[in-house]
Formats: sequence, structure tokens, C-alpha cells
Amino acid sequence: MIRYANPTRFLGLASWLIPALAGLAALTLAVGLWMVFAVAPADYQQGETVRIMYIHVPAAWLAMGCYTLMALSAIGTLVWRHPLADVSQKAAAPLGAAFTALCLVTGSLWGKPMWGTWWVWDARLTSVLVLFLMYCGVMALWNAIEDPARAGRAVSILTLVGFINIPIVKFSVDWWNTLHQPASVIRLSGPTIDPSMLWPLLVMAVGASLLFIALHLMGMRNEILRRRVRTLGLLAAQREDTAAGLAEAGPTR
Amino acid sequence: MSGLGPHAAYILASYALAAIIVGGLVIHAVLDYRTQRAALQRLEASGTRRRSAGPVTGPQA
Repeated sequence: MIRYANPTRFLGLASWLIPALAGLAALTLAVGLWMVFAVAPADYQQGETVRIMYIHVPAAWLAMGCYTLMALSAIGTLVWRHPLADVSQKAAAPLGAAFTALCLVTGSLWGKPMWGTWWVWDARLTSVLVLFLMYCGVMALWNAIEDPARAGRAVSILTLVGFINIPIVKFSVDWWNTLHQPASVIRLSGPTIDPSMLWPLLVMAVGASLLFIALHLMGMRNEILRRRVRTLGLLAAQREDTAAGLAEAGPTR
Repeated sequence: MSGLGPHAAYILASYALAAIIVGGLVIHAVLDYRTQRAALQRLEASGTRRRSAGPVTGPQA
């Protein structure tokens, strides 16, 4: 971890890891989609609409996983001042927002035919909406402060405060009476979902996670380059100012 | 289509949305990478170097 704290070393690692992970993600998702549409059966109660689960559930896991990653990165920023920690946070936020939005919309598209409504203000749906708003707030704060180091510290505090929402999302279906069904895969007593549906779900989740990691590394690489551009831009401006100052002072003996 | 039952539109809309969002994230990441790399090359070509990159040697093209 410490070894790859050097951004240049990280860029070298990312240059071969990104295509490898992207290829693996594409392959895994292709196999997953084949299992979803050719192997997995329709549900005895929900019929074919259960196929929405294979996108909705991985998107929900990634929505929570991404925020957890951001919280860990926030600790890395505040405690260890790890040079890549705030880069990781900044790159993760738009991905988290995108997967949370996908989770919310696919949930609505699944809810309408099954529950008869697009939306209810129950604890699970509302806490996931709050998670989406947290991602938006984090992105807004990144853009509000120009200096990346100052922005990183401010965002870290906001991220850690917002992490309280993650256990609320996870356990909302147990703590409150919700229209949303309780957990059926990640449970202490093991999954209650049939293996014929569990395996396609797990393959899709692995594919989506590989895709997320590849996109996160791409985002981190872009952010490192953006910071280098910013630094060089400031140095170039400084050089021009110095040159202009010398020209104004005139020739010296 | 008919194999997906009466709620095919909801299922297809979910997968289409997923494809659009993932496609958008990938395209944005690739375009952003090209933009930043081009900006960096332009600045380096003008002779600006980070201190950690060491002294400039040879002509700047």
C-alpha cells in the first residue's frame, strides 16, 4: 500500500491493471448476462421481473461499497495523509452516485409492476436516496474548494459524517417495517435465494465489481494527471510573472 | 421480447439504463484521460517541468 503511495508508481501499475480488469469485467458480465437470460428461471411469484434483480442488487452493493471505500480513503487522508487517499475519494464519488442512481431507478422499475408503485417513503428507499444526495454533496464540495489538499480534508470530514447512513441502509429492512423485502443474500444464516438465481447474481456482482475497480483506477489516473496539469499551469504562470517582472525592472549592470 | 412476459418493458428499460450509465462512465473516463494527457504534454512541451521530474535536458519540442 505504502509502496504505491507514489503517484508515478501507481500510474505504472494502473497502465496494465486497467485493461486487464476491464477485459475481465467484460468477460464476466457477458457470462453473467448469458446466465441471467438463458439459465436463470423466472420467479414463481414475480415472474420475469426478477431479472431486474441481477442489475439492481449489484448496483445497490456497489453503492454502499463505494461509500465505504470513500470512508476508508477519508481516514487515509485525515490520519496518514496518504497522497493517493483523496485522489481515491474524488474518483469514487461520481461512480458511487451513478451506481446509486442505477439502484434507485431499477428499484422503481421493479417496484411498479410488483408493488404497484414507483416509490414509497419507506426506510430502505429513503436511506438510499439520502446516500445519493450524500454523493452529490461530496461532489459539490470537491468542486467548491479550489485547492485539492484543502478540499480533500473538508470532503473527508463530510464523508465520515455521512458514513452513519451506510448501516442505516443495510439494516433499515430489519429495524423498520418496510415495503422493501429483507436481505436474502448477505445474511448471517446464509442466503435464502435459490442457487439457480444466486449464481447468476453472484457472477453479475463480480463482473460489476471488476468494472467498478477498473473505472475507479481510470478515475484516479485522470485525477493524478489533472493535478499535474494544475501544478504545471501554476509553475508556468509563475515563470511568466517572473519574466514580466524582470522585463519591467530593465537591464541591470 | 414476448419471452420476458407482460412486464418486458420494465426489464428492458432497466438493462438499457444500466448500459447507458456504464457506457457514459467509460466514455467520460476515456475522454477525460485524453484531455488531461494532451494538456500535460502541451505544458511539458512549453518547457514547464515539475521539480520532482528533474532538470530539463535537451531541446523542448
